[in-house]
Order: sequence, then structure tokens, then C-alpha cells
Amino acid sequence: MSMRRVAVVGAGMTKFMRRALETPKELAWLAAKGALDSAGMTLDQIQGVVHGTAPDAFDGLHMKGEYLSEGSGGWKKPYLRCYVGGGTGVYAIAQGWFQVASGLFDTALVVCEEKMSTCLPHPQAAFLTIFDNITEQPLKPNLLWIFALEQNRYMARHGIRVEEIARVSVKNKRNALGHPSAQLGAELTVKDVLASEIMAWPVHRLMVSPTSDGAAAVVLAAEDVAKRVTDKPVWIQGVGWCLDTTYWTNRDLYYPEYVEKAAWMAYHMAGIREPRQEINIAEPYDPFAYKELHHLEGLQLAPKGKAPQLLADGVFDRDGDLPSSPSGGLLGVGNPIAAAGTMKVCELFWQLRGEAGPRQVPGKPRRGVAQAWGDLMQVGTVVVMGTAQL
Amino acid sequence: MSGEPRTVRGTPLELADLKKGKVFTTAYVPKIQYAWDTGVAIGRYLEELKNGRLIARRCQRCQRTMVPPRMFCERCFRSTDEWVYVQDTGTVNTFSLCYVSWDVRRLKTPEIPAVIEIDGASPGMGIMHVLGKVNPKQVRVGMRVRAVWKPPPQRTGSITDILYFAPIKGKTTKVGTAKKPR
Ligand SMILES: [Zn+2]
Repeated sequence: MSMRRVAVVGAGMTKFMRRALETPKELAWLAAKGALDSAGMTLDQIQGVVHGTAPDAFDGLHMKGEYLSEGSGGWKKPYLRCYVGGGTGVYAIAQGWFQVASGLFDTALVVCEEKMSTCLPHPQAAFLTIFDNITEQPLKPNLLWIFALEQNRYMARHGIRVEEIARVSVKNKRNALGHPSAQLGAELTVKDVLASEIMAWPVHRLMVSPTSDGAAAVVLAAEDVAKRVTDKPVWIQGVGWCLDTTYWTNRDLYYPEYVEKAAWMAYHMAGIREPRQEINIAEPYDPFAYKELHHLEGLQLAPKGKAPQLLADGVFDRDGDLPSSPSGGLLGVGNPIAAAGTMKVCELFWQLRGEAGPRQVPGKPRRGVAQAWGDLMQVGTVVVMGTAQL
Repeated sequence: MSGEPRTVRGTPLELADLKKGKVFTTAYVPKIQYAWDTGVAIGRYLEELKNGRLIARRCQRCQRTMVPPRMFCERCFRSTDEWVYVQDTGTVNTFSLCYVSWDVRRLKTPEIPAVIEIDGASPGMGIMHVLGKVNPKQVRVGMRVRAVWKPPPQRTGSITDILYFAPIKGKTTKVGTAKKPR
């Protein structure tokens, strides 16, 4: 493939919070400006702008992409809004990547934003419409159903216990204590997690990420620009995404095949054959505790059904062999839908540059993978980033 | 300039700040109505639900019998070939005991959503529904269940013409290894 090399040269994000004073547009601006500042660049150096945000129903604003364009730096520029549910935050990186990799632009600004607090009494009600309008919505499903059904299937197929899954909440919320923008960092025990309210068995309250307001952004640049603006570019070594069927009850939910496909697309591009050996940090999507384990397996970083054991062995701790969600993840930092995946990409940027402060993973990590997931439990989006220019 | 921002960007608010009028807000309650066409495949599916039966569509190429039915096979990307009646019994593929309603009210008695693999359809072909007439503590993956229908005059051609699926006494199969249809 004759693609140009593309680097991340700047990253920025807002605090993730249950309710922000700022409008969506103001949140997007804060993240976009933060990313530009961190690259030492100004908007006139940006050629293309990619924006990601969830359904208009959250905000009650039609043409939300257009509404958000100025905040994202899109004024009088080629502007693209993209969306694949929760997968958007990493998908948007791929959209920006191919604008630069193709040679179309030398620079792209990728901004993802979500403000969920607008929807009252709770944004959960806006999720009802993701279910099939004729065969499922009349049963009055809620979003917890599909997560609980998937978690139970995962547990039943492998004989996994709820307490093994609770460890993800403990790890991620603890990691988030070191993140200045985190919403829900906490020092908890497995017992605390299991003592929290059962929302939809086997899902307890502390296994669910919060709803959040927030935004995150990165600046992408072609090789020559990247080397001019920074001496520490973080290269995008591979991107991948894949969509499975919306007939989700016709699939075995115990394993996310679409994540595997997306991961291999990115790994092949990055020349990775043994992901477990060649990846130093993972930022898998963790809107619910079990999802981190499910996704580590889909990402080929744990054998099927074995992620809980590796977690218990400390492999995924910040100082473990393969740190997972050193940021604190969605469970700890927060989950403003589209922005959450981009937060994970920001984390890889900081980690791989050795700039993650109290969250820094030891041992000078050289390569990381970030992944997001969404739609009707059907999309995997993956980006591999590294310090080496392949 | 580089590195992780040490400045935290954004201003957190509490819901109380809105209620107390500490910040200005405006409100919008959408009043929108839709009439969804049920289409060819699901139209027939609903018609058969009204008759107290489940119907599927079969693709001759990949040999899958699909429920909910569809007029084209998304894998083979060709028209499906025939209507096939399937059973109103099946096996619980997965379930949850849900203590929160769709509009986030807390429930004392849990709703029991489940994916039920339908007998007569291809392995792994399930539909989403709820379980009833069962002690929540006794629900298991692999449990055998049967549809409990509304009385014919009350049926409207809706998935809710099945009130719920209830256990078939004493029957549980092993957690499926979900063979793929091809
Ligand atoms: Zn077919």
C-alpha cells in the first residue's frame, strides 16, 4: 500500500464530568484548542477537520455535526462528521488518518464531543431507539439489557464468576485517580463493587461507566510536517474497523469477532504478527467492566476466556506486563460516548511520549493499541500507535 | 509546548445548579410521531404472530433458517428463498435479571430479558424476549422454554402477542457451543 506516514502531534481533552456548564460547541473548542496548543500549531495550519459525535437525540439538536463545526475548528474547511456509536472516537482517527495518508491533506484535526446531560431525566431513554423498532422496542428494552445479556453469555460460555469481572472496575477507577480530567477515580475493593446495587444481573452499578459531558481531540500530520513541529511524533501504524450484523440475537455474544477482524486489519498494516508480544500498552473500550476483558480477547491480547485470569495475575495493571486502560478508562475517566474513544487515543499519545505524569507506564512503552466499540454491539474500531516510524 | 495538559478544561455543574436557577437553561419537549412500515418480511412475521405461530425465512445457498425473517440474506447478498414455520419453543442462550425499567425506574421484581434460540431455526438463531412464570433464581442458560401467547382476540400482530416465554418443566441443555450455520 503506498500510503504516507501519519503521526499524532498533539492531543487535548476537557474534563469529563456528569454535567458541564459549557455547551457542546464550547467543549469541542476547549479540546480542539488544547490539541493545537500541545502541537504548537494554529488552526490555519490545519487542512481537514474530522468530527465525531453521537446521535442528535442526545442533544435534541438536529444537524448536530454542523452545529459543532465551529467549535471543532471546521470554519470554511473540508469538514466531515462521522459516527459509529460508541466506536466513533477511534473510527474518527481512521477517518483523519486516511485524509493525510492518502496525500489529500498534510494535516487534520480530529475532534470528538458528547454532552449527554442535556437529555432528561436520563440519557438512557434516548437509547431505547437503538433497538429494532418493530420486533424489539415494544418489549420496552433498556440499554442495560444488551450489556447484561452479553456479559452473562461471556460468563456462561467460559465459567467466569462476577467477582473476576469486578476487578476491572477496581483497576480502572484506581488508575483514574492519576488522571486530572477524570470523573470517577476511586480506591475500591472487589467487595465494594459486588456490594453496589445490582442494576441488571450480572451487572452491578460500579461495573457501569457514568454518563458524561466532555470532548477530546488530536492533531494528525504527514511525516514532513510532523518532524517539523515535534521531535516526538507518535506514528499511526495501523487502523482497522469492522461492522457485524444488527441481527445481534443471531450471533454468539460471548466473543466479539468484529473486534478481532478490525484488530487484524490494523495489525497487518502495522506488521504485527504476535500482538501479545508486540503491543506494550492497551486501551480497550470499557463502558462496562466485562467489556475490557471481552475486548482484550477480541484484540488477541488474551486467549478466549482467559482475560479474567490474566487480570487476576496482575498482567493488566499499570506496572504489569501488558498495562490495560492505564488512563482509567471509561469506568474511571468517564464516558462521553464519542469522546471516550478519542480519550484513549490521547492516552496512548501521552504514554508513548513518556508524558503521562502519575499514570506513566514504566519501561518506556513503544507501541500501543486503542480500541472502541459500539452501535448495536456490532462495531470494532482499532488504532495501533508507536514511537517507531515504520 | 507539549505534554499532558495540566490545566483541567471545563466547568462541572450539579443538576441542583440548574434547578436552583444558578445557571440559565431553556427546555424543549419534542412532540413527534412516526408510523413505521413493517415491510415485507417483518409484516408477515407479525401476521403469523397474530396467528400464534413463529415464521422464518430460509436461504438455500447458506442453508440458514433465519428468525427474525428477512427478504435478503446479508451473508450471501441474495434473496432468501422460502418461508418456513418454526417452533414456539427454544433454549435460553443468555438472560439477565434487570432491576431498572427502560425509563430508569427501579423495579422490585426484575424483568427477565433473554435471547432465546428458536427450535427449527438454524443453531444460534435467537430472538429477544422476556421470561415469565419462573423464579428468577432458577433461570439458567440452556433452560428450555415455550412461548405463552395472548388469547387470540387480544393479539394485535406484535411481538407482544407472545406475553413471555416460560420454562418447559425439568428441561435444561448444556451451554451451547453455538455451532456456526456454515
Ligand atoms: Zn445465505
